[in-house]
Amino acid sequence: MGIISRGFSGRHGATDLKLPPGQHLTTDFPVLSAGPTPHVSLDRWEFRIDDGTDVLRRWDWKSFRELPTENITIDLHCVTRWSKLGTSWEGVSLDTMLADVKTDASYALVRSYGDYTTNLPLNDLMNKQAWIAFQFDGKDLAPEHGGPARFLVPHLYLWKSAKWVRGITLMHHDRPGFWESLGYHNCGDPWREQRYSGDE
Amino acid sequence: MSSHTYDYLDGNAAAGELSKIFAMDVTAAKGQCAHCGATKRFAEAHLYMLGPGVVARCAVCEHVLLRLVNVRQRVFLDVRGMTYLSLDAAQLEASSDLDA
Ligand SMILES: [Zn+2]
Repeated sequence: MGIISRGFSGRHGATDLKLPPGQHLTTDFPVLSAGPTPHVSLDRWEFRIDDGTDVLRRWDWKSFRELPTENITIDLHCVTRWSKLGTSWEGVSLDTMLADVKTDASYALVRSYGDYTTNLPLNDLMNKQAWIAFQFDGKDLAPEHGGPARFLVPHLYLWKSAKWVRGITLMHHDRPGFWESLGYHNCGDPWREQRYSGDE
Repeated sequence: MSSHTYDYLDGNAAAGELSKIFAMDVTAAKGQCAHCGATKRFAEAHLYMLGPGVVARCAVCEHVLLRLVNVRQRVFLDVRGMTYLSLDAAQLEASSDLDA
């Protein structure tokens, strides 16, 4: 089990915390959902990687949990302006899940139970930048926070870290997700304050 | 883990946002869900408002009826989830009578 520490937690005191522009600190963990919380039982849970036509990889809960895991400590930045620093998760790196996938696609559409979607360049999911997490603070991830398993893409605004993930569609052409199709920025880098479409 | 428990509000909670856009009261209108065909007053929709935008969902099948996002000086509105909205035109006549 690898240990990766990102962000500022554990290395700096509270006095020199640095937040992305326009963000404020919260110690709470607000629940922001665009729909009802899906309750997905582990014996029905499945995660697929497809290319829009064929399923390239498929895991059920058992085979997913047999993958090597990492403990990560990351900062969360929500576009609704709260940031929560130093959160602890356990999950599987997307590097692990994409390792045997042969593709020349450049984009990914992440799909969730409950039909939420978000789009990212495939490069943003690789090189220790993205995980599928199933534990938060040492406990199984609660449904309201995305359990059984959610995406974590901590270098982007939290709407890119889809809750209740069920799969990824790999694409040659980018396609906007749920919020990206209605005024939110296609990339969503909090340090460049890419909140809305039209922001640089 | 500390967290707010949050579910949905009813469609009336969107009255303020929608009155900025529509001359008539959309919450009193009937809308047909494009997914399941249920026709209900918009006020009965399930409303999720704490996220990056407002999402109204069908009270029967939970599919999205309407999405609204305020982006600085623009409002983005998506009503693909409804086949139609049926509004009471008497309301408008009443307000135009007031104007006259
Ligand atoms: Zn419906």
